[in-house]
Amino acid sequence: MRQRGPHPLRVLLVLVTSLMLVVITMGGAARQANAAPPALIVGILHIGSVTDGGYNQAHAEGVRYMQKMLPGIEVIEVENVPESADAERVMETMIQRGAKLIIAASFGYLDPALNVAKRHPDVKFEHPSGYKLAPNLGTYWANTQDGFYLMGMAAGKMTKTHKAGFVVALPVSFFLANVNAFHLGARSVDPQFETRVVFTGTFLDPGKEATATNALLDQGADVMAMIVDSPITVVQVAERQGAYSVGYHYVGVQKFAPKGWISGLAFNWGPLYVRFARAVMDGTWRSEAIYGNVASDYLVIAPFGPAVPASVVRQVSASKQAMINGQLRVFMGPIKDNHGNLRVAEGQVLTDQDYGKMDWLAEGVIGQPR
Amino acid sequence: MASAHARIPRHSSARAMLRATGLFGLAFVIFAAVLLAAGKDPIRAYRDILSSTLVDRYGFSEVLVKMIPLMLTALAVAIPSRIWLINIGGEGQLYMGALFATWAATYFAALPAWELLPLVAALGFLGGGLWAAISGVMRAYGWVSETISTLLLNYVAILIVSFFVFGPWKDPESANYPQTAEFVAAARLPTFFGTRVHLGLLIALVAFIVYHVVLTRTRWGLEIRAMGGNMEAARRSGIAIGRYVLVLMFIGGGLAGLAGVGEVSAIQGRLRPSLSPGYGYTGFLISWIAGGNPYGIVASALLMAVITAGGDVLQMAHRLPGSVVNILMALMLFVVLARRRVP
Repeated sequence: MRQRGPHPLRVLLVLVTSLMLVVITMGGAARQANAAPPALIVGILHIGSVTDGGYNQAHAEGVRYMQKMLPGIEVIEVENVPESADAERVMETMIQRGAKLIIAASFGYLDPALNVAKRHPDVKFEHPSGYKLAPNLGTYWANTQDGFYLMGMAAGKMTKTHKAGFVVALPVSFFLANVNAFHLGARSVDPQFETRVVFTGTFLDPGKEATATNALLDQGADVMAMIVDSPITVVQVAERQGAYSVGYHYVGVQKFAPKGWISGLAFNWGPLYVRFARAVMDGTWRSEAIYGNVASDYLVIAPFGPAVPASVVRQVSASKQAMINGQLRVFMGPIKDNHGNLRVAEGQVLTDQDYGKMDWLAEGVIGQPR
Repeated sequence: MASAHARIPRHSSARAMLRATGLFGLAFVIFAAVLLAAGKDPIRAYRDILSSTLVDRYGFSEVLVKMIPLMLTALAVAIPSRIWLINIGGEGQLYMGALFATWAATYFAALPAWELLPLVAALGFLGGGLWAAISGVMRAYGWVSETISTLLLNYVAILIVSFFVFGPWKDPESANYPQTAEFVAAARLPTFFGTRVHLGLLIALVAFIVYHVVLTRTRWGLEIRAMGGNMEAARRSGIAIGRYVLVLMFIGGGLAGLAGVGEVSAIQGRLRPSLSPGYGYTGFLISWIAGGNPYGIVASALLMAVITAGGDVLQMAHRLPGSVVNILMALMLFVVLARRRVP
C-alpha cells in the first residue's frame, strides 16, 4: 500500500473538526419560538408508508382527524420506522421534541416502547394490538373476528364459484381466527363455500401478494380477502381479473376496485385518538387495555360496492345488529378443523381469549396454519 | 498502469478519503436541490440533521449504536475483498450469528454472565462464520461464485431464523407472535453511559485494529496482499489460495455474525424476524464506498448512521416523507458508481 498525500488520520481529524465548526456556527442560530406553544405534542411512528391504503394509512388518518378535532395539538409523525434498534431512537427523539403522548403504531414496537416508557414516566404511550401494559403504556385493538364473519357472509352471497382466496401475512393465532371467522360467515349463507389461504410470510410484499392472488384466482376463487398491511395489491389484481374483493384496515380502498369491491372491515382510529389526546391533556389518562368490537365507533364496515344487492347489505346489517345484541356468536360449536378434528364442541362458544391460542383452520379452509 | 488487476480501488487511504468527501459533497448538493424542489430549506434541513445527531449527546450515542452493525458488516465485506472475494452475504451472516447467539443465550441461560457472554459472542461469530464458509468452500473448489452464493444464502438464513421464531423457539407468552422469549440478564451485552452504546462498539474497533495489524505486520497479511496484488503470481509462489478463501470468508462472516449478536443481545434482547433493517446490504455499500479501507469504512459508517438518524428529523421537523432519505442513500451510491471503475 503506497502512502501518498497526507496521513489518513490527519485527514479524518480535519474532516471532523471542520464538520464540528460548521455545526457550531449553524447550530448557533436559535430556533424561532412559535407564537403559542401547542396544547399537546403527539408523536406517532409507522412501520410502513402512510399512503399504503391500509394499516398505516388508517393510523395516520386517525391522527389527522384528531388534529382536526383538537386544533391546538401538534403532531410529530415518522413513517417507515423498522422494528429494530431504530424504533427506540425515534421515540426518544419525539420526546426530546416535546411529545407527551406517543402512539407506537406497530406490534413490534412493544418492547422498544416499554423501554422508552420506563425512562419517561411523564410521557403516555399507546400501543395497538399488544398484550402488555405499563403504568404509562396502554393498549388498544378490537375484536376483528365478528367483522370478518360479516365480510364472509357478504362474500358467500356474492360468489359464483363458492371459493374465496385469502392472502394472509403470518399464521399467527388472531389471523387464523379472522380467516376462520370469515369462512364460518360465508358458510352460514353458502354451505359448500371453500376458503383457500396463502401465507406470504411478511406484512408487505406486493410481489408475493400479487403472485398469491393470481394463483388463488387461477384455482377458481372469485372473491379475495387479505390480512396484509396494504390491501391495494390484492384488491387491484382481483379487480383486473374480474373478481370480487373484501378489504381490511383502511376504509378508502374501494377506489382501487370500483367494480369488484364488496366491502371491508376498517379501523377508524380518529375518535379513539381524540379520546387519548383529551385524556392526556386533562390528566385523566389511565393505562388500560381497550378492546372494542363492531359496536365501537372505531371499527367500521366500509361502504358496500355497486355490485352488492341491497338484500345482502340488509342481511349483513341485521347480523351485525344480532352480534351487538349478543344473539349471534361467530365460533359456536360444533366446529371441526380441516383435518376432521372437533375443535369446538356442541354448545361451546369461543371467546376473545380463545382466539389468541387458535392454531387450526376450520373445515373447508384449504391451507396449513404452519 | 501495469495491470488493471494490480491497482483497482485500493489506493492510499488519504486520497481515497478526500475523494470520497468530494463525492459525498456532490451527493449532498444534489440532494439539496431535491429538498429545494420539495419546497424545503436545505440548509436548515442539514443543520437540523447535524444538530440532532452529532451535536446532541443522545443523538450521537444513537449514531454510534447504528454504526456498530454497519462497521461490522462492512468489515465482513472488506476482509474477503482483499483477495477479490465479493461477499454480499452480510445480512444472512448477521442473521445466522443472531441465531447461534440466541441458541447459546437460551440453552446456557443458567451460566453467569462472564461465562455466558463470551459463549454468546463466540457462537454468534461461529454462526456467521460457518454460514459464510459455505460460500467459501463452494468458491475454493470452484463450484459456485461466492457473489451468487452469499447473496442467495441471505434469503435462506432469514428463512431459517423465521423457522425457529415461528416454530420451536416461539415465546409462549407473546400471544403467538413470532419472537423468542426474552434473554436472561446475563446474556445481555453491557451498555455504557446510560445509553444504548454497547460492547459491540469495542469489539468492532478491536476488529479494525486486528484487521490493520494482521494485514500490515504479519506473514499472513503479506500473503493476502500478494494475492490481492496478483492472484496468479501468488498461486505460482505456492500460497494455498483455497485456504485463504475459506479463512477470510469465515472471518468476514464471523464479524457479520457479531453484528447480529449485538442486535439480539444488546438492542432487542430476543430474536425476532425483523432483526435487521438491511444492515448487511448497507455494510456492503459502505465497504464499497470506502474501497475496503478501514478509515474509510468508519467514516462512511458514520455518514450512513447520521443519514439514517437524520432521516427521522427530516420527517419530524420538515414533514418530508420517510422515503426521502432513501433518495439521499441512492445518490451516495450513484456518485460512487459513476466515479469508480468496476473491478
